[in-house]
Order: sequence, then structure tokens, then C-alpha cells
Amino acid sequence: MKGISFGQYYPADSVIHRLDPRFKVILTILYIVCTFLCKSLVGFAALTLSALVLIFISRIPLRIVLRSVRPLLMIIGFTFIINIFWSRGEQLITPEGWPIRIYAEGIWNAVYMFLRIFALITGTGIFLTYTTTPMDLTDAIESLLTPLKKLHVPVHVFAMMMSITLRFIPTLTEETEKIMNAQKARGANFTSGSLMQRAKALIPILIPLFVSAINRAVELSNAMECRCYHGGDGRTRLNVLRCNGRDWASLAIVVLFGAGILLLNGVGIGYTLG
Amino acid sequence: MILSDIYIHAENLCFSYREGNGKEENPALRDFSVEICEGEYVAVLGHNGSGKSTFAKLLNLILTPTSGHLTVGGVEVTREDLSDEEILNLRKNVGMVFQNPDNQLVATVVEQDVAFGPENLGLERAELRRRVDDALERVGMTQYAKHEPHRLSGGQKQRVAIAGVIAMMPKCIIFDESTAMLDPSGRREVLDTIRMLNRDYGMTVLNITHYMNEAAEADRVLVINDGRLLMDGTPDEIFARREELQAVGLEVPQCTELVHRLRGLGIALKGDGISTPDACADLILHAYEKLSK
Repeated sequence: MKGISFGQYYPADSVIHRLDPRFKVILTILYIVCTFLCKSLVGFAALTLSALVLIFISRIPLRIVLRSVRPLLMIIGFTFIINIFWSRGEQLITPEGWPIRIYAEGIWNAVYMFLRIFALITGTGIFLTYTTTPMDLTDAIESLLTPLKKLHVPVHVFAMMMSITLRFIPTLTEETEKIMNAQKARGANFTSGSLMQRAKALIPILIPLFVSAINRAVELSNAMECRCYHGGDGRTRLNVLRCNGRDWASLAIVVLFGAGILLLNGVGIGYTLG
Repeated sequence: MILSDIYIHAENLCFSYREGNGKEENPALRDFSVEICEGEYVAVLGHNGSGKSTFAKLLNLILTPTSGHLTVGGVEVTREDLSDEEILNLRKNVGMVFQNPDNQLVATVVEQDVAFGPENLGLERAELRRRVDDALERVGMTQYAKHEPHRLSGGQKQRVAIAGVIAMMPKCIIFDESTAMLDPSGRREVLDTIRMLNRDYGMTVLNITHYMNEAAEADRVLVINDGRLLMDGTPDEIFARREELQAVGLEVPQCTELVHRLRGLGIALKGDGISTPDACADLILHAYEKLSK
């Protein structure tokens, strides 16, 4: 369990890894918008190409990215089938009189949907989860939400909660394992029996875990007070986020890409979404 | 003892925890008076529930005394009109390292954790950098600056916690059973760090412990029992009062016990140095040489 890593961060030295995390959050949002702007065949071709280019320049192995697509295969497959069988259109592919009617539009829809989801997952993965440490992400979110402070939204508190959560995930995972082993040593059984029995078997794990988590919280808050913590006011940071030309350039590229997609929507090759 | 040398001055401190129903429990600390000088290395001994941890938490106002007076660094911190700034200043000057290393590390990267205290003080970035690097170097953890704390050993985590405290440049550090959860090598690492901070950097150190061998390393030992200060003296003076210590549930170090028993057998061991193994070995060697002559 010591080897547990936070999120899916994949350490590598690429341009994308070095981007300012605040820009990466914005780029992710823009890229998601791009995937939804896409309507034409050429547009989707460009989108898929861009996703592949992103994987290439981020230096993250293709299999790692594909691994994150795997849990979503069920959903993708389901929408694919629904699109094929339930879409109505003008070009009927199956012969007249068959009980199942499949239209060409249905297949286009299904393929486009698949490409869109693929680009969506790759885009968020490459811009955020694979290339940004959770700590950086927390800092970025705090920084981006700073304007909300004027509306009395406790932005600093949220960010602090997020980073403490990240800090304690491995500690509590280790603790859970310890408790489970202790209960197993006394004959507890977590792996057999009906669903109800298994759920009940979890109670002797959850109660000690909660008690210990609360005790930890008390001790941690004492320790934080001892180290002069008094909220976000007047607090400085060791790591300050800095943006440079590279960040602005990447922003410009993604915005231009979005504009390009819009233009390509007008190219009438193949099927265009309505 | 010159008055200006006194750093912590406690006078008739009392403290009671409140029960769930708001009633006060038996007092955890009663009429506690003590003076601690700048640069002293003081060990605080007592068995569980004796009030030693409560005493420590009063010193930086994590707990507020029910009555009595406490002056730290010339500022009376039990005043009614104490400002928030004065509290922060007190906590900056009196740092604290706790028992469980996991429950005092805040950040997911070692150097960011060390920076947490100084960040709260609102220091400039260059100064933060300087203090973090300096603190990590002092505890010998520079090479782990970018590591995740949960991958470190117990002793290493505790050293990071110490670095986090010394980065605030306190005058005094309180170790609240900081070695209790560590294995012997981790305990050694931490004790060596404590001694280094005291000897080389002149920090006032309070080590709250129930290990006698740790207490033997200090300049002065306070024994607390049932919320009261029972004994106050050098380790040799304290460990000479073996029966009294045993009466309150404390055992003297093994080497001291050995000297006591040899004396009980009628062997003349002259001298006071009975708290460290080296001193005891010297005593026994001298006696042996005399006997063999």
C-alpha cells in the first residue's frame, strides 16, 4: 500500500507538465467545449488527431491513456448501440421489411459519439490528471476561484480541506488495511456471504476508522494552531504559480483550434450532425 | 539566576478539562509553579494522566489555564486583554512537536510542509525558501525535500515535523512524547536532533516523556504527579530518589537501578553520576579497581 500514488499523475518532463496549472484548468474547459462544437466529419477527424497529438507531446504512453478509457467502455458501448438502433434517418441500410432498422445516420452518430468521448477523456486526462499533481491542482483551483472571495465564499478553506484530504488518503488507506488485518486475525470474514452479510462485516472496520479519523483531526488541528495557522489572511506561499509566454501561447493554440473546428463544421464531406 | 534569563515563568497554574455536561473534572494541573531559563534542556517526567501533556499545552495557549499566571519571554500570556497577534507571536516562539508524526504533517510534499508555519507568519517568498532549506538541513532531511511524507519512516517524519517547527525560528520547542511511537533507531534520530538544537543553537527544550533514559540526557528533570510538581532537579538528583519515583509509578533507568542494588549489597560506590550508563560504568570501574587492590 506504500506504493499508492495520488490520482493518476504520471511523472514525465513534457511541455504540458510544465504549464501553469491554472492554464491547464482553463485549457481543459476550452477543450471540452471544442469537443462539443464539433459537428462535421472533417471536424471530428481534426479532433481525433488533436487528441493523439496531445498524447504524443505529453509523453504519456498510449496504453496508460487507453487504460483510463477501459472503465468507460461499458458506457461507450451502450451509447454506441443505442445510437445505432434508435436513431432515425433517411438512409436505411438494412433491407426493407427487416424487423430491425438501421440507418446510416445512426452509424455516423454512434461513431461521432465514440470519437467525442475519446477526445473528452484524453483531453481532460492529458491536460489535468496525468500531468498535474493534485497539490498543483488544488493551488490552481484556489487561485482561479479567488475572485469569489469578494462574495464571501471561503475559497481558502475549501482549498485547505482539499489538500488535507489528499494528504490523508494514503494514511487512512494504511489504517484501513491495519484494521482489516486486525479483524481478520480475529476471524472476521469480508469476502463471502450474501451482500447484506458483507455489508455488515464492514461495520467493525468503519467504526474504528471513523473514531481514529476524528482523533487525527483533533490532533491535526492542534498541530496546525501550534504552527500559527489562522486562516488564509496574511498567509504567503512557498510555491507561487507563475505564468509565462508558453502558457499564453498554449491558450491561443486551443482557442484557434476551437475556431478551426467551427470553420470545419461548414465542410460538407460525409455526414454532418444536425 | 538572573531574572532576564528566565524564559517561562509559571505561577500557580491550574487547569481542569470540562466534561461533556459542562462540569469540571478533577483538575489536571494544580498550583503549578516553575521557572525555565533560556537555553535549558528540561525533561518532564510523569506517568499517564499525570498532567505533563496538559502542562505543555498551556505553555503555548492551546489550552487556556483556569487560573494562575504564565509569563513567556517577558509577556504575560494569561492577561485578559491578550491580542490575537500576541497569541500568534507566542506560538511562533514556543513551537511544539507532537507524538504521532502522521497527525502533524499538513502537506503532501516535505518542503511544503516545512513551509506551512512560516507561510502562516506571512513571510516573503525568498525568506520562506531560505528558512525551509535551512530547517531541512539542520535535521538532515535536505535530500527528502521533494518526497511525499507518507513514504518516510517514523523517525524521518518526526524530523520533518521538527523542521516545520524550527523553520518558524522559535526560542523554545516542546516535544510532547515525540519519541513514543518510534522504533529505537527513530528515537535515537529524534533525540540526537533535540540535543543538537539545544547544544548548537541554544534553543530552550522541554522534552515530555516517560522514558527515563531520555530524561537522563537533559540538564534538568521535572517530575509531575497528579497535576503537581513533585520533584525538580538534575537527573542525578532525581534518580537518587528511587523510592519516591517508584511510589508514583516511575522506574529509574536500568543503570541507576544497578548502582542502587550494588549499594544494597554493601558495595561502596561513591559519587553522584548515576543517570547515564557511562557514568555508572565509571563508578563501578572505580569500585572494582579499589576492591582488586
